[in-house]
Amino acid sequence: MIRGSKKIWRTWAIAMAWFYVLLWPLMGIHPDGTLTFRNSLTVWAWVTGVSGVLLALHQLNKTGKFDAVALPLISARASVSRGIDTVPIWIWWMIGFGATFALPFFTGRYVQDVAINVMIYICLGLGLNIVVGLCGLLDLGFIAFYGVGAYTYGLLSIHYAMPFWICLPFAALTAAVAGCIIGYPTLRMRGDYLAIVTLGFGEIVRLILNNWMQLTNGPNGILGIQSPGMYYFSFADGFTLEHLWLKKLTYMYYIIMGLMVLIIIAVQRLNFSRIGRAWEAIREDETVAELMGVNTFKLKLSAYAMGAVFGGLAGAFFAARMRFVSPESFTFLESAMVLAMVVLGGMGSIPGIMLGALALVALPEVFREFELYRMLAFGGAMTVMMIFKPRGLWPAKRFGTRSDDND
Amino acid sequence: MSNMSKQPILELRNVVTNYGRIQALKDISLKVFPGEIVSIIGANGAGKSTTLMTICNITPCESGEVLYKGLPIQGKAPDLLPPMGLCQVPEGRRIFPRLSVRENLEMGAFFRKDKEEIKRDLEYVLDLFPVLRERRRQKGGTLSGGEQQMLAIARALMSRPEVLLLDEPSLGLAPLIVRQIFSIVERISKEGMTILLVEQNANLALKIAARGYVLETGKVTMEDLASNLLENKDIKKAYLGE
Amino acid sequence: MDFFIQQFINGLTLGGIYALIALGYTMVYGIIQLINFAHGEFFAAGGYMGVILLSFMASMGYMETHPWLCLMGSIALTMAYCAMLAMAVEKVAYKPLRYASRLSVLLSALGMSIFLQNGLMLTQGVYDKAYPTAFTQGGFTMGIIRMSYMQVMIMVLTVGLLIGLNILVFRTKIGTAMRATAQDKVMSALVGINSNRIISTTFALGAGLAAAAGIMVGLYYGSVRYDMGFVPGIKAFAAAVLGGIGNITGAMIGGLIIGMVEIMAAGYLSSEYKDVWAFIILIAVLYFMPTGIMGENVDDTRV
Repeated sequence: MIRGSKKIWRTWAIAMAWFYVLLWPLMGIHPDGTLTFRNSLTVWAWVTGVSGVLLALHQLNKTGKFDAVALPLISARASVSRGIDTVPIWIWWMIGFGATFALPFFTGRYVQDVAINVMIYICLGLGLNIVVGLCGLLDLGFIAFYGVGAYTYGLLSIHYAMPFWICLPFAALTAAVAGCIIGYPTLRMRGDYLAIVTLGFGEIVRLILNNWMQLTNGPNGILGIQSPGMYYFSFADGFTLEHLWLKKLTYMYYIIMGLMVLIIIAVQRLNFSRIGRAWEAIREDETVAELMGVNTFKLKLSAYAMGAVFGGLAGAFFAARMRFVSPESFTFLESAMVLAMVVLGGMGSIPGIMLGALALVALPEVFREFELYRMLAFGGAMTVMMIFKPRGLWPAKRFGTRSDDND
Repeated sequence: MSNMSKQPILELRNVVTNYGRIQALKDISLKVFPGEIVSIIGANGAGKSTTLMTICNITPCESGEVLYKGLPIQGKAPDLLPPMGLCQVPEGRRIFPRLSVRENLEMGAFFRKDKEEIKRDLEYVLDLFPVLRERRRQKGGTLSGGEQQMLAIARALMSRPEVLLLDEPSLGLAPLIVRQIFSIVERISKEGMTILLVEQNANLALKIAARGYVLETGKVTMEDLASNLLENKDIKKAYLGE
Repeated sequence: MDFFIQQFINGLTLGGIYALIALGYTMVYGIIQLINFAHGEFFAAGGYMGVILLSFMASMGYMETHPWLCLMGSIALTMAYCAMLAMAVEKVAYKPLRYASRLSVLLSALGMSIFLQNGLMLTQGVYDKAYPTAFTQGGFTMGIIRMSYMQVMIMVLTVGLLIGLNILVFRTKIGTAMRATAQDKVMSALVGINSNRIISTTFALGAGLAAAAGIMVGLYYGSVRYDMGFVPGIKAFAAAVLGGIGNITGAMIGGLIIGMVEIMAAGYLSSEYKDVWAFIILIAVLYFMPTGIMGENVDDTRV
């Protein structure tokens, strides 16, 4: 035991030394000819300290010193999850739905704002989940569909004053078409290439949005998009039809919540449908699926289209809410974040994606002071998660057993 | 005559190897003494190739010991074995397809630092396999099956091994070529090399080997002098087609 | 005609840069089948390290006394720095995932890319960082050809590095070992090649070349940005695929083609959409000729 632990500490020490050698030139060499060590040493001290403590805890845990604390915790967790399992799943959904519905009554603008963002990303995550989680197609340009949906509504709104609800299907349609266009050439490619090509497509869409001044107004974006409106019956002066602009934040909240619920239901149905099974077959082994009579071509295309539809709907809502769209909202980084949400939250599992969205949207709000380090932490977290928890925080439960289920 | 006290140069003791959930080798023990040719025969899927891959730690064993010159080597990184004198010619030749014949041979001697000796060995193997000398600038992938097998053996010889592990050298080759290769195997054995030969062609294998092991579904079912195995009724029926 | 020749030279220059970056992608993919998303960040880090070192030397007065020595020294140090960076990234983010699924390691690479980019931003600032302009000015005319000294230097250096790499990969023992490991990892271990060390070396080499490209771009355009690695990275990958992934000669040729197409399209068609050509070529190649112009060079034994 002692010998093993010495090796780990030696590796850690070497790693920390390398880290400083790599860090210092970026922080300590200055254009005015001075060499400083203070800032770099501070950062280094923090990193060394935290990692050292974590490593020490990990080592102690391995030797069993923490068993007095760890074992009861593990058994407590096991009994909690057993308790959770005894309650039928739909009760949990009801509770979740109720809580989400009631949220605006107890919270202010800020929380509702964050919640709206979370729900938008949940919709995006669910859309991407169909492509990546169910069908196994690594899409790095998903945000393009978000952008297509947003711009569709934006343009229809300012040029033709079409109401939001009418535009929703249009947004879905254009997104689906975009999905097919992007999907078609990529169908034959293997996983790694698919990733880069979809990334390229996402960039191309952004470039077009940025440069096609006549259509999209380029980097200036489109202003003055209308919010959704609603007709309702009013009995004030007899029976009349009144119109109300749903501009208030709370209205927005419920609209996106409705959208999210619909998408969740749709994804659940797809998950357990024949199409869903076929997608999963493609994900597991495409050649075998093809041999089993699965038309991989049509199915992959429909996966893209379906995911794109959800993305487009979310995009239309986004445009209606912000009342302004510009290409800046649709960068590759956004695609990466949605992907991270799906994979880190738990690929293919709806609660996992919701957890992922919560973590990636709400958590940074909590740590507002560390805004600068948000992306840095995000990148690091992705790598760390892949090494330690590749299936995500809340992975989807698989049905049946497989030979490699020993992870 | 006094081989009793000789130590095996290669030994497996109670080796268990798994492929996922499948046990490929279920408690294998065997010994190879210096200078002899030992053959492992058995049907497809019996675990013959797995045995060699376990020795080389490509598919490390779950439990048991692999001893080379008396020292345990199980769990060691595979690339540490050729410098120790243990080299495998794996199943299917596996020459480097886009390297030339000469480069393939140079890679066999990659870990060696003695430039003069390497040059001498290069000449030696090119003499041993004249067809390789002819084709030394050609890319390995363009060679015929038999030539590739020769290249694979020559490449292994470039590492100056003491123990050579040969996996199915006759696979997919015409009988004439097979005979050529086996005569070369005999020749290098006579020059002192220890050889562990895995073969489906039991006839050929037992003819040049001194001792043999029979593997069936991951277990050693028989161990004897090769000559005895050739005469054995069951072996004849199962593997020698009589 | 004048314009064409000018653009041709520009195309060669840019193509050389892309070739240098593409080599890193192609070598790494060839050996471990990973698209190293973080490779663009090595390019950016090179650009930054170059400006850091050159500015430092300028303020110490060394640039005035020994400009070429400073430049060469900076380039060498930068290449070494990025090589070390790449080896560290490989050890930390890719090696633990050597036997994991493709998706996992791809996402790890993505995470590293974001991490490094933001690391550069946090340590060096969000704004463009300007290069000292000691000898970046001036040029000469040769008939109808007008070239700046910077362009000449870039071309000479690029050609030098490419030739150097060629010699290393095709005429040295370690280069042959790199190629062997790329073709059959298991077999290379069986002949005694330490694949971990070879993989580290591959990363180091690729990053070193990208770093050199980074400095040259910084000198040429006068400044660097923390996100300068993203778009050139994708284009360089397209170049690697165009030439045949894993194929070193292919990457060089692919880079030149992509650079030339970009400059010509920008010059004769539209400069706003100059970035799309690389993507279009990438998609076209993957659709019509996935193994690239010169053929792939990857480990065929892995199914």
